[in-house]
Amino acid sequence: MDGIRGIYMDHAATTYTKKEVLEEMLPFFTEYFGNPSSVHKFGRDVRKHVDTAREKVAKALGALPEEIYFTAGGSEADNWAVKGAAYANKSKGNHIITTSIEHHALLHTCEYLEKEGFEVTYLPVDEYGLVSVEDVKDAITDKTILISIMYANNEIGTIQPIEEIGKLAREKGIYFHTDAVQAVGSVKIDVKEQNIDMLSLSAHKFYGPKGIGVLYVRKGVKLINFVHGGAQERGRRAGTENVPGIIGLGKAIELATENLEESSKRIMGMRDKLIKGVMDKIPYTRLNGHPDKRLPGNANFSFQFIEGESLLLNLDMKGIAGSSGSACTSGSLDPSHVLLAIGLPHEIAHGSLRLSLGAVNTEEDIDYVLEVLPEIVERLRQMSPLYEKVKGGNTNV
Amino acid sequence: MYSEKVMDHFSNPRNVGEIEDASGVGEVGNAKCGDIMKIYLKIEDNIIKDVKFKTFGCGAAIATSSIATEMIKGKTVEEALELTNKAVVEALDGLPPAKIHCSVLAEEAVKAAIEDYMKKQGKEVESSVSAGIEPDEEACCSKCERKCH
Repeated sequence: MDGIRGIYMDHAATTYTKKEVLEEMLPFFTEYFGNPSSVHKFGRDVRKHVDTAREKVAKALGALPEEIYFTAGGSEADNWAVKGAAYANKSKGNHIITTSIEHHALLHTCEYLEKEGFEVTYLPVDEYGLVSVEDVKDAITDKTILISIMYANNEIGTIQPIEEIGKLAREKGIYFHTDAVQAVGSVKIDVKEQNIDMLSLSAHKFYGPKGIGVLYVRKGVKLINFVHGGAQERGRRAGTENVPGIIGLGKAIELATENLEESSKRIMGMRDKLIKGVMDKIPYTRLNGHPDKRLPGNANFSFQFIEGESLLLNLDMKGIAGSSGSACTSGSLDPSHVLLAIGLPHEIAHGSLRLSLGAVNTEEDIDYVLEVLPEIVERLRQMSPLYEKVKGGNTNV
Repeated sequence: MYSEKVMDHFSNPRNVGEIEDASGVGEVGNAKCGDIMKIYLKIEDNIIKDVKFKTFGCGAAIATSSIATEMIKGKTVEEALELTNKAVVEALDGLPPAKIHCSVLAEEAVKAAIEDYMKKQGKEVESSVSAGIEPDEEACCSKCERKCH
């Protein structure tokens, strides 16, 4: 990066495609270009590889290959799961339970369904971003047809009690969908053990290519077909397969599952060092998310008296790539809905910084961030009229 | 997304700080909205001898504060009152649409500081002082259509 140290700490936004993954994909642009639906050898050869990729995904999730449906990504999978289950089961009821901290792919889909006559309960979360299983239980009515709760949050990394929610949903005979886009490749998932009926994932979050994802749908779950027009994905999601993407996803999930424990442990070690360092070195700082129940690579802080975008720009000048939940970076006028849901006042939500660690990071990266970040925060605070008002006062957050 | 001029003023902001015995101080914006600007003026013989600012906000908020202080330094009070947000945007070689409100805040901060000076002088407050916003719980950043909760 032009002689500047380039330190990527935005793995929750996207990851690079691993070399081994790319190498597996490349022949499917040229040599193996056939349409998997074709009868001839060109098509049949490709079909075999698509099937193998599907098996790899199924194995990683503890599912059956015929329960794996390829999509264009996580947002499509979320849309399909929620709309698909809502419309297919509206004779049973019109009530959906979700949380206030879901990804917008889920929230905006639910808002759309509300306009269509469905009723949605958005469960609150506690200060750590955890949803209460009791709250889920209490929200269930005889009209409830779907519970959709994310596996782990993209901003603050909090991991939900998925197994308990799955058990509850199964007992009540209600479908349970989880958006696991951030979790797959970072935590161990078993859809059967955890009673998950539907699960969304996206390849580019675990070193696969962009534009390819999966919706796992347990056999027997009633779901409307999402794309009409062909027999692909057993007629439920038509369109010629994104073959290179599918091959890449298959390889990426295989690698991620093989290395899960080892890589999680390494990344978690760096994350804990980062969190401890930041909390020790920078006063008036809050760690957002749960201390333990969090994704291995996620660190999310709020620095009082400063604003997230100016922090990101300063970090970028030092070669560090992170993200923020401030209004200026969220593309809307409000700070992140997740940070507001965990109870942060607007002014503190504006000063948030997410650093999400992954495969490219090293211990040296953490040392560098711990050297640079406190200086940047202090410089911005010196410039802030909010800081001068409280200097010396009691300003614990 | 930002022009070189914005990045220059963001990374090397001019006139950051406070003036202890300021002739006028203006503060606009709201922490809830994510930006507050505070401008300090030292006025002698109707001339702005010195100006300092402190800003809580995004890159554009810091850059607009910085350039606004440069634009009014050495000017008469009347000249400074003619500062417009448009002039601030032009001086920065443009701002992304979502950041225009920062230039409005910069204009308002300058005018609020002059208003404060005039009040202290016992002078009539010029009607050209735009908005004269009083940030409160209901509404802030009067021209940017932001709604604060």
